[in-house]
Amino acid sequence: MENIIDTAKLNLTKEDFKSDQMVKWCPGCGDHAILKSVENVFPELGIAKEDFVVVSGIGCSSRFPYYMNTYGIHGIHGRAAALATGIKLANPKLSVWMITGDGDSMAIGGNHFIHIARRNPDVNILLFNNKIYGLTKGQYSPTSPKGSKTKTSPQGSFETPFNPGELVMGARGKFFARVVDTNIKMMTRVFKEAAEHKGASIVEILANCVIFSNKIHGLITSRETKESNQIFLEAGQPMKYGKDNEKGIILDGTQLKAVTIGENGITEDDLMVHDPTTEDSGIHVMLANMAPPELPAAMGIIRSVKAPTLEQSVWESVEYEKENSSIKNMDDLLNSGSTWDID
Amino acid sequence: MANNKNKIVELEKAVIRFAGDSGDGMQLTGSLFSDSTAFAGNDFATFPDYPAEIRAPQGTVSGVSGFQIHFGSNDIHTSGDQADVLVAMNPASLKANMNWITNDAVIIVDNDAFVEKNIIKAGYKKNPLIDGTLNGHLVVNAPITSLTKAAVAELDIDNKSAQKSKNMFALGMIFYMFNRSYEKTFDFFENKFKTKPLIVKANKLVLEAGYNFADTIEAFTNTFRIEPAQLNKGKYRNVTGNLATAWGLLAAAERSGLKLFIGSYPITPATEILQELAKHKQFSAISLQAEDEIAGIVSTIGASFAGALPITTTSGPGLSLKSEALGLAVITELPLVVVNVQRGGPSTGLPTKSEQSDLYQALFGRNGEAPLIVMAASSSSDCFYSAFEAAKLSVEHMTPVILLTDGSLANGSEVFKIPKMSSLAKIKPPIVKANDPNYKPYARNKKKLNRPWAIPGTEGLRHRIGGLEKENISGNVSQVPENHQLMSELREEKVELVANYIPEQKIIGDENADVLVVSWGGTHGVMLTVVEQLLEEGHSIAMTHFKHIKPLPKNTEDILSRFKKIIVCEINLGQFVNYLRMKFPKYNYKQYNKIQGLPFTVAELKNEFIALLNE
Repeated sequence: MENIIDTAKLNLTKEDFKSDQMVKWCPGCGDHAILKSVENVFPELGIAKEDFVVVSGIGCSSRFPYYMNTYGIHGIHGRAAALATGIKLANPKLSVWMITGDGDSMAIGGNHFIHIARRNPDVNILLFNNKIYGLTKGQYSPTSPKGSKTKTSPQGSFETPFNPGELVMGARGKFFARVVDTNIKMMTRVFKEAAEHKGASIVEILANCVIFSNKIHGLITSRETKESNQIFLEAGQPMKYGKDNEKGIILDGTQLKAVTIGENGITEDDLMVHDPTTEDSGIHVMLANMAPPELPAAMGIIRSVKAPTLEQSVWESVEYEKENSSIKNMDDLLNSGSTWDID
Repeated sequence: MANNKNKIVELEKAVIRFAGDSGDGMQLTGSLFSDSTAFAGNDFATFPDYPAEIRAPQGTVSGVSGFQIHFGSNDIHTSGDQADVLVAMNPASLKANMNWITNDAVIIVDNDAFVEKNIIKAGYKKNPLIDGTLNGHLVVNAPITSLTKAAVAELDIDNKSAQKSKNMFALGMIFYMFNRSYEKTFDFFENKFKTKPLIVKANKLVLEAGYNFADTIEAFTNTFRIEPAQLNKGKYRNVTGNLATAWGLLAAAERSGLKLFIGSYPITPATEILQELAKHKQFSAISLQAEDEIAGIVSTIGASFAGALPITTTSGPGLSLKSEALGLAVITELPLVVVNVQRGGPSTGLPTKSEQSDLYQALFGRNGEAPLIVMAASSSSDCFYSAFEAAKLSVEHMTPVILLTDGSLANGSEVFKIPKMSSLAKIKPPIVKANDPNYKPYARNKKKLNRPWAIPGTEGLRHRIGGLEKENISGNVSQVPENHQLMSELREEKVELVANYIPEQKIIGDENADVLVVSWGGTHGVMLTVVEQLLEEGHSIAMTHFKHIKPLPKNTEDILSRFKKIIVCEINLGQFVNYLRMKFPKYNYKQYNKIQGLPFTVAELKNEFIALLNE
């Protein structure tokens, strides 16, 4: 099979992946920390340097490929998913990383985004969600909260935003995770798991744009509130969070509810246990939709379901046809079917 | 098989048009007649003419489906202007085709279908079979529906299945008329309906019934025979343009050692190329039916970066959607073959009709200075060689290529001499070897100016490319003014240098003539037919036909300079002629244009050229 990324014990360090190009993001931009986390992960995967391909569309985040010393292609607005799909199908041995943003993948590339989720090629997708158009200097995006005042929504946006996780699951995606750009350790861990998942692994990164949407995720990421407004989901573990893990999530009827252990007779046994592997995405959608102040925002691997990858299915079909087709080369094909001779 | 007692008349060529309701099986009838024509050794060309709707209202003119075949003992270059024989399965198909038959054409009708309801539906006030509409024609009234029913009466078969085979009755009559054997057709039935012996039997019975009916009623005063054509020795087959395009691309994959990748979105009349390529996974050809035209081309650019032979296919409106991504392929200087099967435009336009009106779009339809190779196939079988060449040039020169074909070529078919793969040129992609110490992403080949192809997965060649302008040689992002000028000029020059790698433009006919007729793309067959006829009639005329449009062959101006009068003929309002005016302004160009969703006819071009010759 050609759909396996070769791995081996390689002595690589993050230095192997740093490009010689000056990183031009604004000082204080969340993208710097994301870059650091990716540099942490690449040497740990056991994948040869030349087998990485970093792909992007357009936007601040999409400059990413220039900052990684790998093969890279910086595409056009919204189309990174299509580039990545083509690369992965043409050569399944490559470890393909797609860097995109909320403008790139939720607006102009929304179509490609849902289709890559559905087709499930083994591509790792980092979606930098800063809820704003940064490169064009401050217009609202499809993930900007309703009422956001931006240059193109001076009265406040009138539109209902997308929740990327909900969109991924609506598109029947198999892997969705969420991280915050303020936690390199969390990003490093989740990116690694995303890389190890076979299929389209979509990681939403709550990213901060210091210039146009500063502190847009403040409620979730600020030092003061992060512990009460974030829950890191661990597979097989009860859903606990809070400064002293004193809070938890229960299923109350058909709704998720935040509770405090010890209050109202709630014990740890009442908490939901996270299972990212269920084919049914119902609970995963509810988890992805949790938001403060009522509920903590879910972090970590929310959904991770095993399924054949696109390239695996396609290349298995190639192997089968190679074995079984009576047409072995172009001379065979040209001479197949109805032909006649002129002497 | 019955003996033909009638006189047999030898013909050089004939045109038959099968027409019926879109459910009447006229395309199958036509293709079975084509097979028998091939078996008889004639040269031929065909053209299907189907409605834009899958099932237009039954019995209406808009629901008529037609298939035309032009066959002969000499070289056949077109599917024919007007039919010598029309088979009309109902009043609507008669009405729809009256303009497409000769004044003395034989008309075979299913007179069972000429009942009041159908006559009115077709838009006739009176029955055209009896009101004089068909004066001048030999009309063969055949009760096809009822005789088909009678022919299968002995079989345990339902009425609907029986009715389905009435097209074979018509085919049987045509076989009698042209002294054809029907063994090949019987073989086809056996294969096609392997599991349904009753259907095989029914089709055979109906076909024989039609044949015998024509014989018994002495429908024709004489029958016809066309001698085998003097084709070169070799093995032949019938190909449509779309099939030939797909196979030319597969041939290029084999000769280059690359794996083909096609990312495409279905669009009439290009879809069959994607369908055909999707069949051939045994060659490691990968196909992706993308979510839209944009994903089609962009996934293909991704595959190109990853080292595949990159193909995307489309038609006019789809090419518009691909424009932005074409720019990406231009600036990343990756190979990419875009096959654009032209149809009537603008917008959705005339989806099932043919036009040559995407030339401007191919040449100029992008932002920025975005040169690429533009080529046009000249016949259905030439689609094979044009597609092969497009892929070769794209890969060897590291540039996108737009190959223009059109609906007529794509759906039309003609006889194709099967080449040996070893006779086709080798394709040599400029792939860089691992750890090449001299590798730079935008270091250029001295002769061709192409950059090298460093494929992800290869050790020691990691690099980044993309839509931002790059510094020459190093490939780093660059906003330096002088570099942008240099890169713009290099990209243009790289494409122009392709002129050193394509054949010179040829003159057909009388090199000393005053009049040069000029054409490009899919009009080659009709132009050649006209010019051959005029030469034979003693006129002095020359023709030059373009397959390479950007760059133009090096001797283009030399050819144009030799003639007093130049007329450029196109199925558009004058796109190529204006391109020539831009490139070579000192010559005086006349133009002949038609934009009706219809091909040129031999007759109209001949009139035009004779007028010019006599001026």
